Amino acid sequence: MTLQGSYLPKLFRATAFKLSFYYLVTFAIFAFLALGYVAWNATKVLNDQIVDTIEAEIAGLADQYRTAGIRRLVAIVDRRARQPGASLYLVTNFAGERIAGNVGSLPPGTLNEAGQREVDYGRAEDEARDHRAIVRVFLLPGGFRLLVGRDVEERARIREIIGRAFGVSLLLVGVLGCLGAWFVTKRVLKRVDDMTGTTERIMAGDLSGRVQIAGTGDELDRLAQNLNAMLDRIGELMVGLTEVSNNIAHDLKTPLTRLRNRADEALRVASSPDQLRTALEGVIEESDGLIRIFNALLMIARLEAGHQNTGMADFDVSEVARGIAELYEPLAEEAGIGLDVAVEPGLIITGSRELMGQAVANLIDNAIKYGSKAASSGDAQPVLVRALREGDAVTVTVADRGPGIPAEDRDRVLGRFVRLEAARSRPGFGLGLSLAAAVSRIHGGTLTLSDNGPGLRVTLSFPASAAAAA
Amino acid sequence: MSDMRILIIEDDREALDYLGKAFRESGHVADQAADGLDGYALARDGAYDVLVVDRMLPKLDGLSLIRSLREQKVETPALILSALGQVDDRVKGLRAGGDDYLPKPYSFSELLARVEVLARRGTGSARSEPTSYRVGELELDRLSHRVTRGGQEIILQPREFRLLEYLVRHAGQVVTRTMLLEHVWDYHFDPQTNVIDVHVSRLRAKIDKGFDRPLIHTIRGAGYMVRDTAR
Repeated sequence: MTLQGSYLPKLFRATAFKLSFYYLVTFAIFAFLALGYVAWNATKVLNDQIVDTIEAEIAGLADQYRTAGIRRLVAIVDRRARQPGASLYLVTNFAGERIAGNVGSLPPGTLNEAGQREVDYGRAEDEARDHRAIVRVFLLPGGFRLLVGRDVEERARIREIIGRAFGVSLLLVGVLGCLGAWFVTKRVLKRVDDMTGTTERIMAGDLSGRVQIAGTGDELDRLAQNLNAMLDRIGELMVGLTEVSNNIAHDLKTPLTRLRNRADEALRVASSPDQLRTALEGVIEESDGLIRIFNALLMIARLEAGHQNTGMADFDVSEVARGIAELYEPLAEEAGIGLDVAVEPGLIITGSRELMGQAVANLIDNAIKYGSKAASSGDAQPVLVRALREGDAVTVTVADRGPGIPAEDRDRVLGRFVRLEAARSRPGFGLGLSLAAAVSRIHGGTLTLSDNGPGLRVTLSFPASAAAAA
Repeated sequence: MSDMRILIIEDDREALDYLGKAFRESGHVADQAADGLDGYALARDGAYDVLVVDRMLPKLDGLSLIRSLREQKVETPALILSALGQVDDRVKGLRAGGDDYLPKPYSFSELLARVEVLARRGTGSARSEPTSYRVGELELDRLSHRVTRGGQEIILQPREFRLLEYLVRHAGQVVTRTMLLEHVWDYHFDPQTNVIDVHVSRLRAKIDKGFDRPLIHTIRGAGYMVRDTAR
């Protein structure tokens, strides 16, 4: 019962119910106006018709009088008055006494003036004036009066019918409208309640809940779909966050532990100042490594926050690719694989040369690191560095012949700090790819990982600068 | 290079004291200021070799401080420390009249190396560079791009030449890997792996191989230094 108690007020407060109610009132007003107009028009047409008929008849009778005299007129009126119908006739003498006709009584003075009017009258011999009619009075020479009229009972009946129709339809609209409002509101309320329930569960910590989609494709479905997409994204972010924190913990723990062990060992073992010095230098080296990790993390965080908007200018990707490749050439040769560089000249894009340099450096650095794995088994293949124009895009590709990344892991490795388990023991901070991805995003480009069969192929693709294309 | 007069302007008390102590232990004179206005007054009146200026300062921020000094024709080299280590921040810093830019967190060895280079540049014959350098028996001619050691010509690639040129120009000073990447390759990011080391060791193979005394020395935890150990 408490449910009923809380349900009804909720029903009345619901937007759908209010809307239905407003529609209902609006439609009722429209129906009233429309029916009123119809009634008014119908009455008018009837009136006009009656007036026309009366005019025609009275003209006819007057003619008869003129050509054949009062006797003839009285005979015709007498005959016509006997026929059943709504027609009224009356002929009186100069004293106002009836000579012929089917009108029993009229308001006093009706016959004194010629012209048309609407009056109450009594039928035949009836004294009580309980009928209504439109009449026209015609003054004949010799004090005679001729009255022709039409009972307007019919008009009243039509008015009554329309009035009743209006009442019935108003009742129907009201009842059906209320029912409709109730159904619609109940349906909408149920779905909104569903959504509210789901979001409440999610706020309480259960991220697996999803809003039900009715499959009708209406606006509530769209809202539900977006809500679900948002929940998916939040879920991804949560998983990502957990993964990142775990990875940060892991990647920072290792160098921190090494740092501590070195200091510890120096304290225990080192006896000469020289030994202590060496140990301290090692400690500094480890700390510098930690600082690097933090710098890289900060940078990715800033890039992902999208603050890097100033400092954008046109620059030459060809120069960047060549310069960075040249920077890494000796390292690649030392690793026993070398670089195979082919760069198209004059590839201009808009952005930051500095960031692009860092992204390309990260990619080549990774390629050398993982590509040299294959080199150790005697199968030395150079790391491919390509910079090309492809239509409206400028692409930079770095491909190695290393172990590659399984297709199912490719999305994941772009995340911060993610290194595949197999690579965890290898040096490197696992930040290179995510930084390159962040850099390509702020340049309006994409980073794609694909199979180099065997190995990994990373392609950065950017829109070419508009100025350079012209 | 020793006995520089350094002014540190930094509002983080702990960092300020640490830097002052570290510079003094490295054999320099270090004054400290904890806000922009104090720093400005000291920098304008005192004769310093280098200013180390934090970008975010109470009362007067670092960039405005340097800009005001430059308007007053105080040309003391200034190094900007900043927590906002991004490219455009660097550009803004240098535009305001700063001479070098170091994002936080930094290592002291990096800061020291950069401050020493700045101090050297600010004093001496500074802005006009000599056309040739000489370290021990090594000679480098900037105009003809010729390098000889003990009268024997050494053939270098263009990049190797620029690397040696930078090292030799700062002979006797520590040059960090980041500084080399900045001045030889014109990139300001942190070389994550030992790319620079490989370049230096190649250069070393050409310069020092076959000679008794090495000229290119590795300074652990900091970088490299070209120095003739004979003296």
